[in-house]
Amino acid sequence: MSAVRASSDWPAVGGLAGERGPYFGDFGGRFVPEALVAALDEIDAAHREAMADPAFLAELDHLHRTYSGRPSLLTEARRFAEHAGGARILLKREDLNHTGSHKINNVLGQALLTRRMGKTRVIAETGAGQHGVATATAAALLGLECTIYMGEEDTRRQALNVARMRLLGAEVVPVTIGSRTLKDAVNEAFRDWVASVETTHYLFGTVAGPHPFPVLVRDLQRIVGLEARQQVLDLVGRLPDAVCACVGGGSNAIGIFHAFLEDPDVRLLGLEAGGDGVDTGRHAASITGGGSGVFQGSRSFVLQDEDGQTLESHSISAGLDYPGVGPEHAWLAASGRAQYRPVTDADAMEAFRLLCRTEGIIPAIESSHALAGALVLGRELGPEGVVLVSLSGRGDKDVDTAARWFGLVSDADLVASEAARVAETPSQTEGSGW
Amino acid sequence: MVSASTAGRTGTRTSAAAVDAARAEGRAALVAYLPVGFPDVEGSIEAAKALVDSGADVVELGLPYSDPTMDGPVIQRAVDAALAARTRPADVLRAVEAVAATGAAVLVMTYWPPVDRYGVSRFAADLAGAGAAGLITPDLIPDEAAEWIRASDEHDLERVFLVAPSSTPARLRSTAEACRGFVYAASLMGVTGARATVGAGARGLVERTRAAGAERVCVGLGVSTAEQTAEVAAYADGVIVGSAFVRCLLEAEDRASGVRRAAALAADLAAGVRQR
Repeated sequence: MSAVRASSDWPAVGGLAGERGPYFGDFGGRFVPEALVAALDEIDAAHREAMADPAFLAELDHLHRTYSGRPSLLTEARRFAEHAGGARILLKREDLNHTGSHKINNVLGQALLTRRMGKTRVIAETGAGQHGVATATAAALLGLECTIYMGEEDTRRQALNVARMRLLGAEVVPVTIGSRTLKDAVNEAFRDWVASVETTHYLFGTVAGPHPFPVLVRDLQRIVGLEARQQVLDLVGRLPDAVCACVGGGSNAIGIFHAFLEDPDVRLLGLEAGGDGVDTGRHAASITGGGSGVFQGSRSFVLQDEDGQTLESHSISAGLDYPGVGPEHAWLAASGRAQYRPVTDADAMEAFRLLCRTEGIIPAIESSHALAGALVLGRELGPEGVVLVSLSGRGDKDVDTAARWFGLVSDADLVASEAARVAETPSQTEGSGW
Repeated sequence: MVSASTAGRTGTRTSAAAVDAARAEGRAALVAYLPVGFPDVEGSIEAAKALVDSGADVVELGLPYSDPTMDGPVIQRAVDAALAARTRPADVLRAVEAVAATGAAVLVMTYWPPVDRYGVSRFAADLAGAGAAGLITPDLIPDEAAEWIRASDEHDLERVFLVAPSSTPARLRSTAEACRGFVYAASLMGVTGARATVGAGARGLVERTRAAGAERVCVGLGVSTAEQTAEVAAYADGVIVGSAFVRCLLEAEDRASGVRRAAALAADLAAGVRQR
């Protein structure tokens, strides 16, 4: 395991796994203002040079091992598996990383890249706050200025993460235009970036957006799959039958899928946020419930109306509550190499509760979508099956949402907790909190 | 590129012709932006016609989009209101027809997702049918525009791409070559909205864009006053003003006074482009 380093072998990769953008089939590209093209080219060049520079890779590897806690564990979930048709369920424990999710993998790499490009400030968008917290963390570690854009609705729903970012020294800017959620935070970050690009790197959080972000973030998340593939071989003696991961923008899914793209017998299953159900229109399933379109810098699948206006997404999980998805996923879906299915809020929460009670692990609600997918897939595969699941994050941030969902707190407690919030009560049922 | 015909389709005034006519008068052209659907569709048509009456040579009609990443707060607010009232591409085409009937050159300014969704070829055909001169595409770079370049050639539409202070010489050349009508030079690195001063790099960018082969270069972003208009008119072929007009409509107590204020500003700026 210790020999595996982030992306260090990418130049040698061919076939499906060798795609490096700007296009993945019909998807990807750069639908951005001309003003940003020079900066995107600069990032692209810096990324290529860095990935071929042993000193850069060694520094990233050192941070992984001594700061964020890599390699992350592979945990077999035996009691959980009893509910999955007896198939073996193996959890890739990204929840154990510093800051609590896979987000740190991308952030550390891009923060080092920021320094390498001679820039002194990072900006980022965040929905639930996980990417914002990870970015603020890396900025503190490397002495970078940091501004995080967050939809005003999300700053209310995730007030504790706002406080975490501020403790880490970041400026958090609530975005008060549009739907006031993640997509609007991305818009506002782009507006900042076009005016500040000389000194500022936009530390993009997922495998979406204009080239080179889908490739850059994927390369930095590939370590998840590279580690997991070897860990499964070591434990089981063969490759898994299937890999499950949740998909919002899609960074943890690409991260774990990528090492298996050239293993045709390994099924890749992305679980999208089905919200109230794809047929209700209240969901965030861009692939299973959307269509091809241009959104926030690239061509991919997107939730949009007949005029090309972006539709609001809905999910109990703020981290999946996004109307777009990365172009490499669109390509994997269109080509059939990966399959995508929606998981409703209710099914995700059942999987959430099951993992808590059977394994003593509180997962992120995002990751619970992958767990719900594994339950179904395990029953399809039966006792001979081996399913690898990306447990992309931990659920500390979701305790409030879960407590309300399951009715674990009294009305009096709820009143007290509401009173403690920094702002007034948010509107009902949107995203990860009420 | 821009040396191509300035005549355009029969009966349609092109932006190239409007800029050339201004140049023949020894002045710069005034290019005025308004989003369709604010305060409502009829209101935006009325306001655009008033800008033409007051001296705008070219009108840019904005197609409202839900995620306007290049726009500052003033245009965002107007576009939000236009979308809340369900302004649709058909409304934009209707506005084009009404404003083009005045004889002014009309360009549509649009982010790319709505055009992509409408169908590039069908949108080009409908634009031409409505009498538009062409499109300004703030988030479509020529590298991604193969389909639009084909469709605009087929329907004899102008295509205005942007250059920015960060554009490399190679990109200035390829963008100038891809444009028909004029090249839109962003005066500064930033989003739309009034600024106290016009970007210091604007003049140099215009010179570099001309050196890269552009025949007509108009400057936009941050221009809002007659003084700034005169300053830019001294070196550019046209001066593009947007947020300042939208602000007139946003801040007015009623529609009529908003249109009056916008028209008065247009008259002011029209004097500005003649002061070079």
